[in-house]
Amino acid sequence: MIRIGNIPVAVVDGSGNQAFTGNITPILHEIRHALTRLADSGEPTTIDLSGIPFAPGERDALLERLGQGEIQATLQALGESRLYETAYPGVWVVIHKSPQDIELTAHIEVTRVPALLTTPLDDVREAADALAADLAEPTEQESA
Amino acid sequence: MSDNKTLGEHLRERGVSRRGFMKFCAATASLMALPPAMIPAIAETLQNARRPSVIWLSFQECTGCTESLTRSHAPTVESLIFDYISLDYHHTLQAASGEAAEQAREAAMKENWGKYLLVVDGSIPQRDGGVYSTIAGMTNLEMLQEVAKGAAAIVSVGTCAAFGGLPKADPNPTGAAAVSQIVTDKPIVNIPGCPPIPVAITGVLAQYLTLGKLPEMDHLGRPKAFYGQNIHDRCYRRPFYERGQFAETFDDEGAKKGWCLFKLGCKGPTTYNACATAKWNEGTSFPIQSGHGCIGCSEPDFWDAGGFYKALSVPIGDAAGAITAAAAAAAAAGLAAGAVNRYHKQVAQAAHEPLKVEELSREEKS
Repeated sequence: MIRIGNIPVAVVDGSGNQAFTGNITPILHEIRHALTRLADSGEPTTIDLSGIPFAPGERDALLERLGQGEIQATLQALGESRLYETAYPGVWVVIHKSPQDIELTAHIEVTRVPALLTTPLDDVREAADALAADLAEPTEQESA
Repeated sequence: MSDNKTLGEHLRERGVSRRGFMKFCAATASLMALPPAMIPAIAETLQNARRPSVIWLSFQECTGCTESLTRSHAPTVESLIFDYISLDYHHTLQAASGEAAEQAREAAMKENWGKYLLVVDGSIPQRDGGVYSTIAGMTNLEMLQEVAKGAAAIVSVGTCAAFGGLPKADPNPTGAAAVSQIVTDKPIVNIPGCPPIPVAITGVLAQYLTLGKLPEMDHLGRPKAFYGQNIHDRCYRRPFYERGQFAETFDDEGAKKGWCLFKLGCKGPTTYNACATAKWNEGTSFPIQSGHGCIGCSEPDFWDAGGFYKALSVPIGDAAGAITAAAAAAAAAGLAAGAVNRYHKQVAQAAHEPLKVEELSREEKS
């Protein structure tokens, strides 16, 4: 009887001798142009990595090339999102995951700060109202 | 049934924060293959979108399309969309059965006449009055004609609904037909594939929710966002093709090194779909990445293409005449060699003639 453990299986390193698509360099040039645009006019750029064909391990190679900068943040909303600035200031990686920890999207944002990190104005207004309501309630010390 | 709440209200009620909503919109934009710059516009529109009624009819099919959708790898986004739409009738997913199910369909039709979205999977048998597939005593043909009358638009999910599918394979014993062969007075979008990629299904639904209209389509009625480019052009093995490195068998050195599968019958060059980028099973892989060529399942009549393991061979029809005429027309027009080769490719694709690697290479170089 053949047992599953007897089946010869070799784990191949995806970043090894696989052919890369050659998409890394064009994307890096796109980022370079986007940085110039951001510096000159303030216009941000977002690149959706999910729509770009990558060979196994190629996207990781791109992110490795971009490196890790000074800031990283996590967002807990409908699953975890990871946002970090790369070694190139102004170039951010934004990865959204589902509550099941499955990746939904991966974007490169060329911007001074990703929009998701700024507080929505409606939330600010609601926060002001909530704090005002909170202050209107006497604290335990005041009640005593 | 439909209610009057907007999607924004619906999500807020479920405790989704504004940042969570923006994340949802980012994922939706990615689903719809729309530029990320459109995310704020999508957020604005989705925030105020109303809950639409959807009636899903399953005809001559294998339920693979529903399996694809429910095994989708982005459960948050899709479940939110599907929680949000009012899926008023779906044989496989609804709890009701028998008369209660049919009453639900009729009630949904009456309440949303002219406004509901009709989703169809499966082909429609037409031979012998359509007796080969019936639901609640009605033939699929009758049910489609009845429900289509009140639909705002129709989404044909899977190659069966889009092009007739496997039931239409030669000799087509049931007279299977595509939705578009029967309903000709409604906007129809085809989402072919056997099964289709789930994000293509949900992307079209999301776009309908967002913009209230169907997406831009190609000449076969497929949304360009997902079917605008062929598998070959988006394939990570393309560099091997460019270098002329092909696997000759499934266990030779080339196969082990992940070389191009064209000679093993890969239909990537003539197949338009998003498998190479959207991928399957939580974004893990797609057939070519797993070592098997594309079988061209999102193209019409792919099962009659002369064999999955023959290099781009396709069924024999009136191909010979078409090719001769096309070649003569191309020569008469004085087209360049590359254009003629492209012409050959188009004709071969349309008429299912064998296409050789060398022909594709000549086209690439021209």
